Amino acid sequence: MKAKFIQEKFFNLLMLLSTCIVVAFLGSILWTIIKYGIPSLSWEMVSSLPAGGFYLGGEGGVLNAIVGSLYIVGASTILGLLISIPIVFYTNIYLKKNSKIAYFVRLCFDVLYGIPSIVYGAFGFAIMIAMGLRTSLLGGIIVITLLIIPIMVRSMDEVASQISKDLLDATFSLGATRWETIKVVLYQIAPGIATATLLSIGRAIGDAAGVMFTAGFTDSIPTSLGQPAATLPLSIFFQLSSPSPEVRDRAYASALLLTLIVLVLSLAGRMIMRYFSKNKI
Amino acid sequence: MSEALKFFRNAFGYFSKPENKKNKISGKDDPKVFNLAQRNPDIKISNLNIYINGNHILKNVSTTIPDKKITCIIGPSGCGKTTLLKSINRLLDNTQGVKINGTVIVDGENIYDSKTEITHVRTKLGLLSQRPTPLPMSIYDNIAFGVKLHSKTKKRELNAIVEKQLKAAGLWEEVKNRLHTPAAALSIGQQQRLCLARGLAIQPQFILGDEATSALDPISSKHIEKLFMELREQYGIILVTHTLRQALRIADHVVFMYLGEVIEEGPAEQLFNHPKHELTKQYLSGEFS
Repeated sequence: MKAKFIQEKFFNLLMLLSTCIVVAFLGSILWTIIKYGIPSLSWEMVSSLPAGGFYLGGEGGVLNAIVGSLYIVGASTILGLLISIPIVFYTNIYLKKNSKIAYFVRLCFDVLYGIPSIVYGAFGFAIMIAMGLRTSLLGGIIVITLLIIPIMVRSMDEVASQISKDLLDATFSLGATRWETIKVVLYQIAPGIATATLLSIGRAIGDAAGVMFTAGFTDSIPTSLGQPAATLPLSIFFQLSSPSPEVRDRAYASALLLTLIVLVLSLAGRMIMRYFSKNKI
Repeated sequence: MSEALKFFRNAFGYFSKPENKKNKISGKDDPKVFNLAQRNPDIKISNLNIYINGNHILKNVSTTIPDKKITCIIGPSGCGKTTLLKSINRLLDNTQGVKINGTVIVDGENIYDSKTEITHVRTKLGLLSQRPTPLPMSIYDNIAFGVKLHSKTKKRELNAIVEKQLKAAGLWEEVKNRLHTPAAALSIGQQQRLCLARGLAIQPQFILGDEATSALDPISSKHIEKLFMELREQYGIILVTHTLRQALRIADHVVFMYLGEVIEEGPAEQLFNHPKHELTKQYLSGEFS
């Protein structure tokens, strides 16, 4: 066989192998949480708050953490989008291509993207101490919003920078101001918004370090923004640290719940955005 | 607080603009403010110099583009045809490193005057680019979008405008049963006709075409050319074209450019049959293209 065919086969195999490794890895994670989680998963686990001594094998569930996580993820995703979309719009539509300000903004977001969430947590904590605030749902929402803005901006920016100049020129030539092009731009970057939202949800719901000092932890469901809120990752952490093997198994059940929530939110997000991007050119 | 407001105003330029635009647009329809009959409807370009990143792209261009005629701008690649076309509706404003001096008079107004409000000028000039650029919305909304930018039009009137302009662009019969489906699903030739209908819907005085048929198949291309021939009774049409044959077929008036300068211009018959300048003769005989 000719050398180039061997080469072709080799790289084909190499690519297949890399793909298999990733799939196997995902499979084994899912297998682990399902294997240990399913036996401990019960309706009580999803629907009730932790009773006294829950972390030492007592009765109850993780409803506090599920609700807390959904509150934080929901609010910070909406806030994040409200802040990120104008940034993307400004850097791509208002500023000219090769603008120095846009370059600087992108550089800032690259740096912010790389900052670990514990640093955001520590920053939030310092601010809260300075302002005399206690750990609260609001604190958690703010820190998680700050954490996901760079993710949102970067992934939307990627799509927005691909918008053709011709399309913008066509809109301007109809007599639109820059602001009035927003409808066109939004429709065109809809898939980017979907990706940004999904990535952010994944990151926000799974983050433990950012919320540890800011949202705190509690066994009840917060009824106002000023109260502390529990989150699933922290709940998993506390359950895994328990001396009781039964509680450690519950941690896997919680992890399974977390994965299911991410899955449901991702599918819903994809469906919504598919609807909005049907007009994309 | 006022500082913050100022910042937002500067940053987004939004709060002040629509009002400004509204005034000007309403002025367009108000005979007390503008008397169109007294105005010279031709586009007059004088001493236009354009530099992009220090390169002198247009060199002292002066020309007059007649209304209700098809004007073809011809010349070899890179001679500044498209730059000239885009300077007529100030689309170069969004280009980095551009410097423009000179005057371009559209409907009696120097569009490069610092007081000129540009969105209102652009409504007088419909644009058709090289590749069709439908907006990412339905066929109906593509046409309604421009109309809604400038006036609060009732649904019934809007329906009538959409139908009228789609008919004018020869697209109505093909799309009347799927007006609310995505424009992206149309064929490329249909998309270009949709863009033409969209441009016509804002009631321009001129249509600017930047090699508007070069990305199309021969049949669609012929269709668009035929439309231009029909539309010249109502609109002035300016076409940048790379195809000399196209200019021969449809032009009433021709501007020949070479290396950023207007070498020769005049009625098509005169320029094609009796070119005065040596470069024009060479270009027409195919010595360079």
